[in-house]
Amino acid sequence: MIPGPFSYRRATSIEEAIALLQQYGSEAKVLSGGQSLIPMMKFRLAEPAVIVDINRIPGIDTIQERNGTLSIGGLVREVALERSPLIRQRYPIIADTAEVVADPLVRNLATIGGNLAHGDPANDHPATMLALRAEVVARGPGGERVIPIDDFFVDTFTTALGPDEILTEIRVPAPPPRSGGAYVKFERKVGDYAVAAAAVFLVLDEAGKIAGAGIGLTNVYYKPLRAVEAENALLGQVPSGELFRAAAELAAKAADPTTDLRGPAEYKRAVARTMTFRALEAALSRAQAAS
Amino acid sequence: MERVPIQLTVNGQPYQAEVEPRMLLVHVIRDVLNLTGTHIGCDTTSCGACTVLWDGRPVKSCTVFAVQADGGEIQTVEGLERDGQLHPVQEGFWEEHGLQCGFCTPGMMMTAVALLQENPDPSEEEIRKAISGNLCRCTGYVNIVKAIQYAARKMRETAPAAAGIAGGE
Repeated sequence: MIPGPFSYRRATSIEEAIALLQQYGSEAKVLSGGQSLIPMMKFRLAEPAVIVDINRIPGIDTIQERNGTLSIGGLVREVALERSPLIRQRYPIIADTAEVVADPLVRNLATIGGNLAHGDPANDHPATMLALRAEVVARGPGGERVIPIDDFFVDTFTTALGPDEILTEIRVPAPPPRSGGAYVKFERKVGDYAVAAAAVFLVLDEAGKIAGAGIGLTNVYYKPLRAVEAENALLGQVPSGELFRAAAELAAKAADPTTDLRGPAEYKRAVARTMTFRALEAALSRAQAAS
Repeated sequence: MERVPIQLTVNGQPYQAEVEPRMLLVHVIRDVLNLTGTHIGCDTTSCGACTVLWDGRPVKSCTVFAVQADGGEIQTVEGLERDGQLHPVQEGFWEEHGLQCGFCTPGMMMTAVALLQENPDPSEEEIRKAISGNLCRCTGYVNIVKAIQYAARKMRETAPAAAGIAGGE
């Protein structure tokens, strides 16, 4: 399959990329890893007149932690997240997520910025970033703005990014003591989107009660879903199987999956419940190990 | 129609071409350079038959625009054999019968080459994970895993030079 014709512009700086986006407006599309965009262009679901390639822009592919914040550049590839000792040790929920994105060949090119900016509720990082209360940094003609993750996902394939903005960075609060997170995905086969997946981040207080909870769900709603009621049900409680089953039930209730080749809606809701329960257990065991 | 000049080093040989921006890397490899060892399978970023190494990393060449790779180094299955000697990975697929129809084999071998360059002694699980983006509809993967294990053994036993491939360092 051959994509429609387009004009190719290779940006070598953020400023240049933004200027190109300003010039071409909604005719232009940013090319990051290309692992979603290029297939969409081959199917002619996307036919941008101009492609702005940001892959050679320096400085937006680093992973670093400073002043209590993890900073992940928008151009960081999934393979780099999977292999980063910092991510594996301090943010295993992000490593969990990166290593189930598509397949290893795709992960050599796919970027975390693209995974979020695509606005696909089937993508894996959105749920994790919702659970982690991340922030997205966007650069545009007016400079930089920081978007809380709760405001970032607007609709299916639609985010808060303007047509002349580029996602340059994701910021995640460093994990407090006695905290842990996990991402658990059910997929039919490697490379497929989730039937359902859940991201859970838990913070325990000194008595072992749940002091903070974040739950994000993948591919069971028209956009990435934060299961707020399930989170609230956990707060102040002593972790137990019974509590986690109740919270997983609330998460499944918040889900509104559609029937498709991955199964009927009712089945997916049940998978969402099971994934949430398993992610709660995994997050708890990491939080307890961190104490 | 916009055409963009690009330079690629393919299996150690420099190439120049003028391509439409929409031309996929796999089409340049097959149709412009006539290196038809790289196959097009699903054409939808699923099967990995089109896997080549781009600056050492295995990628699906049906999901990269050739212009993106401008200035880069590409390695295809044609670059594996050296001086009439099969690469250990090719030898492994031969000796362990790591194929039946052969359609996935070039991509599968390129992924294996990249794996063994990074990890000379992979476990079975690491091999299976590494090739999980390359689909085989014939073998059930058992002999493919054996072929890669054969290559890993062979490469560890012989001089490091044998592990390289034409044009690659």
